[in-house]
Amino acid sequence: MSKEILPGTPLSSEEFEKSITIEEHPTLEYRWDDGIAIGRYLKELKEGRIIARTCCGCNRTMLPPRMFCELCYRPTDEWAFVEDTGVVNTFCVTRVNWDASRRGPDEPPLIPAVVEIDGASKGMGILHLLGEVDPKKVKIGMRVKAVWKPKAQREGKITDIKYFKPY
Amino acid sequence: MNRKVGIVSMGYHGFSPVSPDLSFRELVYAAASKAYSKAGITPGDVDMFICAAEDFCEGYSISDEYCNDQLGAVLKPVHTVTGEYLQAIANAAMIIQSGLGRIVVVESHSKASNIKNMDAIHSFGMDPVFNRSLRVTPHFAAGLEMSRYLSETKTSEEHCARIVVKNRANALSNPSAGHGAILSASDVLASDPVAWPVSRLSIAPRSDGCIVTVLAEESVARSLASDPVWILGTGWATESSTLENRAWGEPVSVDIAAQMAYKEAGITVPSQQIDLFEIDDSYSFKELQTLEGLRVVGRGQAAHALDEGRLGPEGDIPTNVSGGSQGVGHLLEATGGQKLLELFLQLTYQAGERQLPDVQVGLAQAWRGVPTTTSAVIIVGNE
Amino acid sequence: MGLRKVACVGAGITKFVRRAKETGRELAWEAAKMALDNAGMTLADIDCVVIGSAPDAFDGVHMKGEYLADGSGGFCKPVMRHFVGGGTGVFSPIHAWQHIASGKFETCLVVTEEKMSSCFPAPAGAFITIFDHTTEQPLGPTLIWIFALEMNRYMQRYGLTEADIAKVSVQNKFNAIDHPAAQLPGKITVKDVLNSEVLAWPVKRLDISPASDGAAAIVLTSEHKARRITDKPVWVSGVGWALDTAYWATRDLYYPQYVEKAARMAYEMAGIREPDKEIHIAEPYDPFDYKMLHHMEGLLLCKRGEAAKLVADGVTARTGRLPCCPSGGALGVGNPIAATGLMKIIELFLQLRGEAGKRQVPGDPRIGVAQAWGDLMQVGTVVVMSR
Repeated sequence: MSKEILPGTPLSSEEFEKSITIEEHPTLEYRWDDGIAIGRYLKELKEGRIIARTCCGCNRTMLPPRMFCELCYRPTDEWAFVEDTGVVNTFCVTRVNWDASRRGPDEPPLIPAVVEIDGASKGMGILHLLGEVDPKKVKIGMRVKAVWKPKAQREGKITDIKYFKPY
Repeated sequence: MNRKVGIVSMGYHGFSPVSPDLSFRELVYAAASKAYSKAGITPGDVDMFICAAEDFCEGYSISDEYCNDQLGAVLKPVHTVTGEYLQAIANAAMIIQSGLGRIVVVESHSKASNIKNMDAIHSFGMDPVFNRSLRVTPHFAAGLEMSRYLSETKTSEEHCARIVVKNRANALSNPSAGHGAILSASDVLASDPVAWPVSRLSIAPRSDGCIVTVLAEESVARSLASDPVWILGTGWATESSTLENRAWGEPVSVDIAAQMAYKEAGITVPSQQIDLFEIDDSYSFKELQTLEGLRVVGRGQAAHALDEGRLGPEGDIPTNVSGGSQGVGHLLEATGGQKLLELFLQLTYQAGERQLPDVQVGLAQAWRGVPTTTSAVIIVGNE
Repeated sequence: MGLRKVACVGAGITKFVRRAKETGRELAWEAAKMALDNAGMTLADIDCVVIGSAPDAFDGVHMKGEYLADGSGGFCKPVMRHFVGGGTGVFSPIHAWQHIASGKFETCLVVTEEKMSSCFPAPAGAFITIFDHTTEQPLGPTLIWIFALEMNRYMQRYGLTEADIAKVSVQNKFNAIDHPAAQLPGKITVKDVLNSEVLAWPVKRLDISPASDGAAAIVLTSEHKARRITDKPVWVSGVGWALDTAYWATRDLYYPQYVEKAARMAYEMAGIREPDKEIHIAEPYDPFDYKMLHHMEGLLLCKRGEAAKLVADGVTARTGRLPCCPSGGALGVGNPIAATGLMKIIELFLQLRGEAGKRQVPGDPRIGVAQAWGDLMQVGTVVVMSR
């Protein structure tokens, strides 16, 4: 281990460009069973509502909803509608897309945030985006409200909420 | 050092070709809550949890992140073995033998019905440069193996087909099995060729389901269960991941894994000391080839044993009484779990109409499928 | 009842590079062979193999452990691969510990590998499928998002600035200058970090470790084997691991509870009561600069919110009272995920043997801790090593 020259051969970009490569685009496709809890969650999103599940064991109102409580390890008890408003727990401002490509100069940055939803238990947040706000003015603790797609465009997906905006 | 490890309880849900009513989380919860309740424990009593899963079967990168909530294992020591259920069982036994944990839980599930193109995933397991570029069905690797096995041992295709017939018929006595059927050998032989000699009906169909096992150190096991099933020996081995340097006809990894488990369990004559076998039959020929690898019968003698009726429920080496993967459905990495489950049910006399009389020792073996050469063997006993 | 003692007796590592000419199998072989040579052993001396490697999506091979088995010395041997996301590399010796402490095996070759450059156009793309397929993936998330969310929460909670955090990157990249495997060593300034491209505010390019290709390996043995192989065994004296809920948005991200839980398990086994006083050297996981601080707090090496001050005061420098990441860490040496965790274990192995060369921490260190972390900011893996 005291060797100063270790194995491993770095390839420079030029060497890489010149080398023979194999390109492959695997088609790995899935069709998810959403089950009871998330199935209902999505159905309600289509109606423009957010639904949670309650657990009598720990008295939590949980988002996203689940049919079992992971802490009490018992079946959850009731469905409960919660508000479409909440508080920003944390956020960031990004110019990077999911595949590490950069957003164009004309595209506004994305503002992902964890939003603690009103009516759910303290700390029960969901991941979403913020919009209609100057990135420099976003603050942790800021109150926000969901901006829904028009009813005809909703399809039972998390993106039925376009984003959350300050209110 | 030789702490005894017992299986206290097993909970399961399945096994059916589809399970659209449950998310994978809800499926696992259903199985785990049964396992805990039978053992009279809560997840808080469990020291460690092990899940067996592969990312591309789960459809997640880093799929291990989703394994604990439905087990009630939040903030607990949990790890994933990207391997066969039986390897995870062996891992659990090692943790208990080390003294680090007294109760360990093993989980694995299949949501195979959610995978739209399983063949593409199998192909993605091959060498990217040398093998994948050939662009043939991944079943070709099984075809190569079967072809060589038939030629080396003079076993016929018809014998292999009769394994499918036997196991799918056995499954009719197993209420949990998803693929019980009365077939004939000619049905199997006449089904579409996939990669000759592998035909469509010689490949085990898939099922969804989940199996959760609670294992414990001897004194704990005795306090939790009146009739724990003891782990007598574990073994696992990988031959070569490179297709080009394999002993195609011989089940080398089965042999190594079995010898490791036999040594630990003190087994010298497996056909006499083991009462039942739940072993790989993911392709029809595998059951015959594996029995030889396990040295239950001599090389090239498995077909003969089948002819003599020795592999049936009434025979002296009953094999895949549960219906095997052909009859129950292949469960991805949970496959070995179903095999262990059958041993557990049989050894605790809970196997219903397919219960075998006077069973004391059972052997479960599973192979990780194309394109691997990894096998695991677990030997359990009720005394 | 006492636990069986397990020792590390050899280590090997490849260079960590942006893009390696070697295949994943070849990288694994290079590291494994070097570890065997270092221990003065051959493959015939090895009873079993464990493999640590992070998502299959990086290398672009399903069942990567099977693919790597040949290169990792697993031919016709018991081979098992474990997987706890980014925490994998420090779990690798834990998995091997389980193999040996059970009494079933005397020797275990532990191999970790990652070839992230196979994933095109960027390994980051593989990370979209770590998020919940129904409730999160449609939003197009990247891994950087959640780090940025966590970093912002951490800064806000303790009133830290981006400059406070940038000092970690400066320290670790500087430390890496003396590491022969290092991919991104260098003398940079806090200003360089602050002026680097903003990827997801507050995360900037120089806050992040690079994607890398590389492999690392060690040999673990039982006590009596170790005594015959070397007069300088390094003991795996504590192991701990913990996984928090996957409902990550329902946790307060400012503190890594799972690291604390894992650390307490490892400390208890190692008989450590006051980690901040008893531990001489630490290798917390630092894929992002704030993570080293986060993890120092989770490892109970300082009070919550005070890690940044220790870095600013030079306490965590190689010559400080509590050297953190003397290797150069993921930020400096590079981050081939699972191999990075084992690189940290190897750093402890060398430091505790007094064989770390130019990187040697002064004061004859006897106890070290290494830690890794991963999944959805969720898993902590901790190993205590001692001489």
